Amino acid sequence: MSPRARGLLPILVVLAVGVLLIFTLQERYHQRVLTLVLLWATMGLAWNIISGYAGQTSFGHQAFFGIGAYGTVLLVLHLGLTPWIGMLVSAAVAVVAAALIGFPTFRLSGIYFALATLAYPLIFRIGMDFLGYQEVAIPMVRDRPGLYMQFTDPRANGLLCLGAFAAALLLSHAIEISRLGYRLRALRENEQAAEAMGVDTFRCKMAAYMLSAAPAAIAGAIYAHVILYVVTPDSTFGVLVIVQTLVVCLVGGIGSLWGPLIGAGLMVPTGEFLDASLGDRLPGIQGVVYGAALVLIMLVAPEGLYWRLRGLLQRGRVEAPSGAPAAVDMPARAAHLAGAAGQALLEVRGVARSFIGVQALDDVSFTVREGDILGIIGPNGAGKTTLFNVLNGFLPPDRGEVRYAGERISGLRPSAVCRLGVGRTFQVVRTFPQLTVLENVMVGAFTRTAAEREARDRAAAALQRFGLWPRAHARPGSLTTLELRLMELARCLATEPRLVLLDEPLAGLGAGSVEAMLGHIRRLPQAGVTVAIIEHTMYALVRLADRLLVLDHGRCLAEGPPADVTREAAVIEAYLGKRWLHRAQGLRA
Amino acid sequence: MSAADLVQYVATGLLVGGVYALMSIGLALIFGVMRVVNFAQGDFMMLGMYLTYYLAVGYHVDPLLGALLALPPFFVAGWLVHRALLARVTGSGDAQRQLDATLILTLGLSLIITNATAMILSPMPRAIRTGYATQAFVLGPILINQARAYAFLMAVLLAGLVYLFLTRTDLGKALRAAADEPEAAGYQGIDVRTMHGVAFGVGVALVAAAGGLLAMYHPIEPTVAVNFIVLMFVAVVLGGLGSIPGAFAGGLLIGLVQAVTLLVLPLQLQNTGVFIAFLLVLYLRPQGLFGRRLRTV
Repeated sequence: MSPRARGLLPILVVLAVGVLLIFTLQERYHQRVLTLVLLWATMGLAWNIISGYAGQTSFGHQAFFGIGAYGTVLLVLHLGLTPWIGMLVSAAVAVVAAALIGFPTFRLSGIYFALATLAYPLIFRIGMDFLGYQEVAIPMVRDRPGLYMQFTDPRANGLLCLGAFAAALLLSHAIEISRLGYRLRALRENEQAAEAMGVDTFRCKMAAYMLSAAPAAIAGAIYAHVILYVVTPDSTFGVLVIVQTLVVCLVGGIGSLWGPLIGAGLMVPTGEFLDASLGDRLPGIQGVVYGAALVLIMLVAPEGLYWRLRGLLQRGRVEAPSGAPAAVDMPARAAHLAGAAGQALLEVRGVARSFIGVQALDDVSFTVREGDILGIIGPNGAGKTTLFNVLNGFLPPDRGEVRYAGERISGLRPSAVCRLGVGRTFQVVRTFPQLTVLENVMVGAFTRTAAEREARDRAAAALQRFGLWPRAHARPGSLTTLELRLMELARCLATEPRLVLLDEPLAGLGAGSVEAMLGHIRRLPQAGVTVAIIEHTMYALVRLADRLLVLDHGRCLAEGPPADVTREAAVIEAYLGKRWLHRAQGLRA
Repeated sequence: MSAADLVQYVATGLLVGGVYALMSIGLALIFGVMRVVNFAQGDFMMLGMYLTYYLAVGYHVDPLLGALLALPPFFVAGWLVHRALLARVTGSGDAQRQLDATLILTLGLSLIITNATAMILSPMPRAIRTGYATQAFVLGPILINQARAYAFLMAVLLAGLVYLFLTRTDLGKALRAAADEPEAAGYQGIDVRTMHGVAFGVGVALVAAAGGLLAMYHPIEPTVAVNFIVLMFVAVVLGGLGSIPGAFAGGLLIGLVQAVTLLVLPLQLQNTGVFIAFLLVLYLRPQGLFGRRLRTV
């Protein structure tokens, strides 16, 4: 079965159970609780797209909920527009609002993003107050209740909410199995590694934010019509909306399809029951219970119930993949794309970069030729990693420029540099820890294909090539250092680079592993991949590299064939100190 | 509008801003040392208001003194909250996950405190009546409300003491060491966990005292927490997350922005100016007005 079909089955089962419940529950109160469960599960799924899959915690998602509620109601009020259409119009408005909000706000990351999102619903709220919409009642239309979403039969409300929930589920499922879904999870796990693997993190976050605004607005619109009847800034843009959403998602488990439903199924009836039985005497009891739920879940199972249960069910079971992966024709990149061996592929001209008070790179110029292995060597703090960060776009150079295949690449985003054909690995391996080894490599493969199937096949082939296929379904946390380094190399090669920047790929490897790694690197030029490699150990590099570049204090000390470079006085001095220089000269004389 | 009006608004803004500054310092200290964004900070402030209120009503304790009396019990309360809750989710590698966990934990705590307070003490707003709440110092054409003036002076005094504590005492230096380099501080024999407890306790005590001072001229009700936590976040971000002098300046600035907004916009839009200033700073200088941009690749 394809992943699409495999995922649809449980969705259909759950929806069938939902329909069954709607038609069997007799009491109006139970119907109401079911309606609320479905609504908050829908809102939870909306929030989950940006804050779960993409990991960008939004404390302001009620902005879109409120836009949905107010938009729909105001359209009914002023234009007599049916909420069935008004809801879609409001969802479109919410998507536009998400674009306008996201564009400046995604320049911020982590906690700054979360704090900034706090401000938006507050501004909307003040705005609604100011415009005189402190209380807007939905006008009753008795003759055509269906057209105006004013059902008297609670089952109709239930079906309406189930429909919204089904739409949110299908949207989430579609995201999960799409390239966007993989990219979102990758950037959540490690934003820089994702960028370096060709994921334009800014665009992905924007897409997720806009996609998550629409179901939030729909949930708000329906909430206004089946629960509220009178919308106020507090009940739509207020703190309780986001609290309810957070409780539902966090208790259920964020970043999962079923978490919001589990959380809503548990917390909404609890809250409603307490409110109904104790609400008169203790008006804040629901808030206390929700607060306690948040505290408890963070102490006991911070990943949420869904993941906790899944973990318990699958404990220690990592199925090895069956059989060999499907053979993939690796594109004959080497043949048709690569220029003639020996031509300049990467040209670095006068690159300088300083940090506060430190000149990390100072007028660095060199050329990497197609088919070569260039070794970059230098003592600690020589600027080697800074150089790679400039080359692949993590850092803009202060001066100078980088040209790749004749095109200027300095100033481009790392993802754009990667898509042009420059891959890199990191000094400390950067994995996407919650993704399997196969999925890690798939993120790289998605750079060249949008199809999940094809990315999977290509990633499998890359794993096979490095002997990692048996570990395909393991998580990176269980890999050895060599396996991790190989996984990162496989992920990098899955982006089909013409040039790879390898940052100390031998660090932390034992003697046997070093040989294995060297063998893999040595074979890269035959596959049409040019290599620039940073290494500390002169011994390893001299055997590997066609040319050596020596950096010291941000300057190019020497460049040329290893045999020449290792004889240069300045290099020996930088590496071994003056005393050794005299000795080496003495030996030669 | 005359120049005197402008001066009047600026003076009022600065006076109110002094109390904002004190409450923001508490939040900044906790973030600076522990990398924890404490959502419940507004609730501790609200509880500080209530303590001062009951001391004033029940025992005729002047709120200026009441605010000081709030310091010890809230230090203990903060210490205990750290021990019982936060220490269980911190100290495990991944900074981002830890930040998220503490954010949610303190949000839950905030919900509990706000709603439980409303349940136990009723949501009804209260006020402390003091002699000087309605008195004013007259400086030429400008009127300075006495309650605000005293609250401002006390807030600045406390903030100054915190600064001296952090820079001059061994404990303060150990706190800063634990903030800058937790691992190295650990090797120097500083118990980082204890330092986190101290930081959280001091941060909570400061915001409670600020609440006590605020209670001299602001209605006391459970929902006050939500409104003020946002202002504190804004002040702390304006000053550069975690910077104590930055948070102080940020608090003053917010008071000013609020006051100046009143000059051009109606009262219910008072905080719009604050939020817009907040977003502008985030877009233009996310490291804060006084912070330095940190970047790690």
